[in-house]
Order: sequence, then C-alpha cells, then structure tokens
Amino acid sequence: MADKNGFFDLSKTTLSRRTALKGLAAGAGLALAPGFVRYSQAQSSAPIKIGFQLHRTGIGAAYGRWYDKTSAAAVKAINDAGGINGRKVELVIEDDGTDPARGAEVVGKFATQHKTDIVFGTLFSHVVIGSAPAAGENKIPYFVVSEGHHVASTKLNRYVFQPGITDVKSQIQSMAPWIAANAGKKVTQIFPDFAFGYDHRDYLPPALKAQGADVIAQIAIPPTESSFTKYFPQIPAETEVIYHVMVGPAVLTFVKELGEFYGSQRPQLFGFMDSLEAVDINSPGLEFLDGSHFWEGSPRYAQADDSAAQKAYRAAVGIDDNGAAVGDPKDISTASHMFGCWETLYVVKKAMEDAGYKGPEDRAKLVEATEALKEFAEGPEHPQGPKSFNGKIHQCFGIQNISKVEGGKLKVVHKTKIEDGLYEPEGDYTTQAL
Amino acid sequence: MRDASPAKTYALHVGVIALLFVLNFILPDYHQGLFARIMALAVFATGYNLLFGYVGLLSLGHAMFFSAGLYGAGLTVYHLGWGVPEAFVAGVACGALLALVIGLLALRTSGVAFMIVTMMFAQVFYLLILYFAAWTGGDQGLVIQQASRVISIGGASLDLTNPAVRYMSALALFSVVLLVTLAVVRSRFGRVLVAIRENEERTKMLGYDTVANKLAAVVTSGAICAASGAAYALLFGYIGSSFASVQYSILPLLWVLLGGAATTLGPLVGTLFMYYVTDITSGFTSAYLLIVGVALILLVLFAPKGILGSIRQRWLGWLP
Repeated sequence: MADKNGFFDLSKTTLSRRTALKGLAAGAGLALAPGFVRYSQAQSSAPIKIGFQLHRTGIGAAYGRWYDKTSAAAVKAINDAGGINGRKVELVIEDDGTDPARGAEVVGKFATQHKTDIVFGTLFSHVVIGSAPAAGENKIPYFVVSEGHHVASTKLNRYVFQPGITDVKSQIQSMAPWIAANAGKKVTQIFPDFAFGYDHRDYLPPALKAQGADVIAQIAIPPTESSFTKYFPQIPAETEVIYHVMVGPAVLTFVKELGEFYGSQRPQLFGFMDSLEAVDINSPGLEFLDGSHFWEGSPRYAQADDSAAQKAYRAAVGIDDNGAAVGDPKDISTASHMFGCWETLYVVKKAMEDAGYKGPEDRAKLVEATEALKEFAEGPEHPQGPKSFNGKIHQCFGIQNISKVEGGKLKVVHKTKIEDGLYEPEGDYTTQAL
Repeated sequence: MRDASPAKTYALHVGVIALLFVLNFILPDYHQGLFARIMALAVFATGYNLLFGYVGLLSLGHAMFFSAGLYGAGLTVYHLGWGVPEAFVAGVACGALLALVIGLLALRTSGVAFMIVTMMFAQVFYLLILYFAAWTGGDQGLVIQQASRVISIGGASLDLTNPAVRYMSALALFSVVLLVTLAVVRSRFGRVLVAIRENEERTKMLGYDTVANKLAAVVTSGAICAASGAAYALLFGYIGSSFASVQYSILPLLWVLLGGAATTLGPLVGTLFMYYVTDITSGFTSAYLLIVGVALILLVLFAPKGILGSIRQRWLGWLP
C-alpha cells in the first residue's frame, strides 16, 4: 500500500543497497549460527545435564543470582564427591526473564535442543505454572524451588516436583501455633492484593482458628500502591498482632509509614522473610522492625547452635555470618529460599541413583523413583533440616524458623516441627499416566 | 503501490505458507516448537498491523484483545469444560465484542489521545484479571491440562500438545488470517482504510463514513488478536495476567515496526526476527535485551519502514 506521506518513515533516511545487503547477510549469519546447531545425545560417560531455568533478568533477578551461586556450589560438591552414578553433573543455564511465556520456551529448549536430562530451578510461581505444561508435554522431570502451593495443589502435572523447599500453605500453617501462643490472639493481616498475598489471606485464618486465635481484619493493598498510610486506620484498635507480607521495593516505605503511624506503642509484628530477601535488615527506615518476628526458611544470620552441616553449607555457598556474600557485606543473600536449590539437587542425585538413571529414556523411572522417596535426614545434603516427602503430591514438608530482630540481626527463637506443616493431600499425581 | 497482478501476490503468500508447511518436516524439534509460537503470535501482530499499519491508529492496548481471546478460550475450558473448537470461538467472540465496545469509546479520540485511552482500557482489563483472581488465577495464572487440549472429531482426535499437530494448527490459523488480511487490504474496504490513514478529512469529504470504517477495523483487528490469544491458550496450555500487561501491547507494535507496517507479511517477519534475536543472544549474555534494543534502534535509523517496508520501497513495489 502507498505511504505517500511517509507515515511510517521515522527518520526519512534512505537505505542504501549495500547497507541493506550487509544487514541481511548479518541477520542470516546470526540466524544460522549457534541456534541451529544440533546437539548430540548424551553418552553414558558424558555428564548428566541439568537444565537450570534461572531468573537471571526480570523481577526475580536478585533471587536468581543467589540460586545460581547456590546451585553451582551444590554441583561442585556433588562432582567433588564423584558425581551421580559415576557421572559428572553439568548445569546448562537459560534465563527465563522471570516471565511465564519465556519460561515455557526455555523448558522446551532444554528438552529439545540442549537435550538435558531434567529441568531444575526457578522461583516465581507464575513462571513455574506457565512452564509446567511444557515439562509435561516434553515428559521431562521439572524440579522447582518455588515455595508456591501450586505443585502440592496437584493442578500441574506428574513431571513437576518440589522436593527441596516447603510450600507456602505449609509454612503459614506452621506459624499459627507460635503466633497464637506467643504474639497474640487477635490478628490483622496486611498483604499485597495478588496471588502471593492470597495464599496468606486464605490459609492463615483457618490455621489460627484451630489454635484459638482469630484474624479480625484483612487489608489487601493494591500492587500499584506506593504509599500506605491511608490503609492503617483500617487496622482495628484491638489488634494484638499485625501479620504483614508486603513484598517488593515498596516494603521500605510500608515499614517506615507503619512506624510513623504507631510510634513507640505498636502491636506485635509478624512478617515473612520474603519481604526482605536480599534486603539489608539494617537499611534506613527498617528500624521499626526491631523486636518484631519473621518466618525464615533457613536462617540468614549464623546462629550459635548451627550444625556442622549448616556451617559447611554456608561456607560452600559463600555467605558470611550476616548472610551476605563473603567479601561483599552489601550483597545480601536470599537465605530463606536458596537452600532449596542445594537440597533439590541432592534429591535429584538420590532419585537418579535409586532409578539407576542412565539417560533421557529413564525419565519415567526417575519420576517414579522420586515419588518413592519418603524422608530426607538432616545433614550435609539437607542442611536446613530434616524433611518428609509426599510422593503423591510431589511436595516436601520440613521445619520452619521463627526469628526475632535483635540488635540489627535475626535470631532464631523457635523451630517448628514437620508435623506442624502437614495437611490433607488435595490430589494424587501418581494416578496420572507417565 | 505499483499494482501487481493478483496472481503474483497470491502466489507469494501461498508460497510463504507452503514454505512454513515444509519447515514442519525439516526444522529440529526446538525450532519446530518455536515456530509454532511465532506463528501464533504473528497472528497477533497481523491483527495489530491491520489497525496500526493500514488505518494509522496506534493503539497501546492490544494486550486486552489478545488476553480477551486467551481468557475467553482458557476459562471456558478450565471452568466449563468446553471443547477446543467452542472455546476458540468463545475467545474470538470475547475479543470482537470487547473491541466493539472499546472501539465505540476510543474512536471518539485520535492520535496521542487514542494511544492513552487504549492503554488505560488495557490497564483496567489487566487489573480486572487480578481482581477476579478467584476465577482467572490472577498473576499466577492457570494451567489448561493436556487432556482438555484434544479435539475430537467423530472417532478421530487431534492432540494439540503433539508438536506436529500444534505446528500445523498454528500454521492453519496463521494461513487463514494471512489470506483474510490480504483479501481485506486488497478490497474496497482496505483501500478506504488506507485513505483514512493518508487523509481522513478528504476521505470523509468523498462521502465515506470514516467512523464506521474505523470501527469495523478495530473489531476485525480485535477479533484477529483474540484468535491469536485463544490459540495461544489452547496450544500452549497456560493463561496468566502477564499476557494482559502493557508489555504485550508494546510487543506487537515492535514486531510490526520491525517487519514493516502496512505489509501483510511484515508481522511474521518481525515476530520471527525478534524471537530469534532474543533466543540467540540470550545464549551469550544476560544483557540480551540491550542487544534487542540496539537492533531496534539500528532498524529505525537505517530501515525506518521495517524489513519488508524497506524491501518494498527499494525493490518490490508491488508487495501488499
């Protein structure tokens, strides 16, 4: 069609024939270069290839960086000890951009181009949920470290597992007895008005009810909000505990404004460490959190009673006593989640050994061997603590930590039991065909 | 446009479709899967191009039409257990209806105001998806199970999760949309749309109802984008709010600008180009979006009419 007025001509610059040809040649070269290389099938002596779906860019990048470090450390430890079934392990990394559509493409890329044995990694729920169909269709086991309830909900498929980190429903349920007994019986929840917040909105009230406590108000804050003061008058005066799970950059403003609202007379505060992962607890504005309590998956700060396994894990991953990168105190880790990468890789090792895994033709065997796992003992392979595994819902259950902010550090004051987080299974993946 | 015989034009388009058909048997597995995605999304770009390229209306809200199709198809399967064909039709109908309503309101504006109004409506649509998370799955989204993505016709069944079936389904949709678009832009209606783009006042003066024509273009564009969304949900099994975010309003604009606005094959070329630049460069650096950005800037500087637009300008004046 004619474009007489140059509607689309953004610069009016004309294109020379030579320039266009150069561009076309470069484009063709780019298209034909590495992407089209066919990858040969792994031989039995070749490394076991683990496709690592990583949040290298996008909103999950801070988590991704530490997931990368932890996984590299775990693979080094596994390889130093002889690998899996006598074969070295190799991580093949692809960035999912913290985007569900790209996540699914990456899973497909691992299965059909890199020909990895399994896919592993990734945290954000929407990426896991978006990628799960690709894993099921390619029949490639997909081990996630996401903490979402989506795996255990049995709404995904038989190829998706979460054996190295507990799910959020279990975590919330585990917190209720301690909150009711130690913090207060009248709880007001403040949470972001999207899925992460809804888990807390839906699972906390029944868990507290069972402990004789009540959620007396639920305040959902829209994700677009950048100031929170106007929501605080909605907090009932009789509130004994504020349960907060705000996440993202707004958390600093949230805490600061909550401090200005209450001054020195405040109810008890209980939060989830997800709010402050990779954020220094001593950042300006967070002083108001002093004396408050947090859920922690694995403690950020070294504790006096840390096990030898915990100490070895921290050293291998490269975090100091304050949970920051060794040599860079400002680089705060995502300690509450990243241990899941370490533990998941050891679960993969165990399951591959149990299955006598040799190559992609044994993927179904690997799925069944993983489903047959029952318990993981605390130790170098599971430094966060002991876990049980439910093969029907592909989810592990473990202990949780409750830590108090004291003198600019987090000190563990209570560890829950595995039983505190157990719930009735919502389905059974093992009935699905492989 | 230097007019070409219809045979030449149709031969080119049928040739492209035939090439895509043959590629199904040649491409390695990964690229076969990627091409299926690209063709499904090229439909989205084609729908966008109809409005942006031919009518000159720059919308920043087309994610809502794409996601109307995505959710229209996905939710009817997920909650109501509908079959694939009915769900696809529901998705397209949702997009067309939404486009009619949005068109009636947004076409009261033009230029920058049209961009802002469409973007605002898309943002409302996005927030509604989050608000009704109990049904939509919100930001986490929902999985359409494999068993629900099978078309049963008589005794036979087509499993959309099979790579070849998926590829052919995406190709079928793309082919239909491509040929329909070609027919539209060559039709009297298409020429009126271009006339509106070039000089709306003069077109009006010549006796054409420009508002009705623009509305028809918005609805057609919305329906095509919804078809892309519906296909995406059914072919790839995931629906989520990220597909309704502003990013998915910008993407078709970029694909179209890259491939060549107001060219029928430009949307496919642009989508293909951007997908492969992203895919290949992400293997070398985490700063791949920077490379994509540089590629876009270079294109704007040296080929401002996009790839096919520049080719048409220089060599193939008859390209539709």
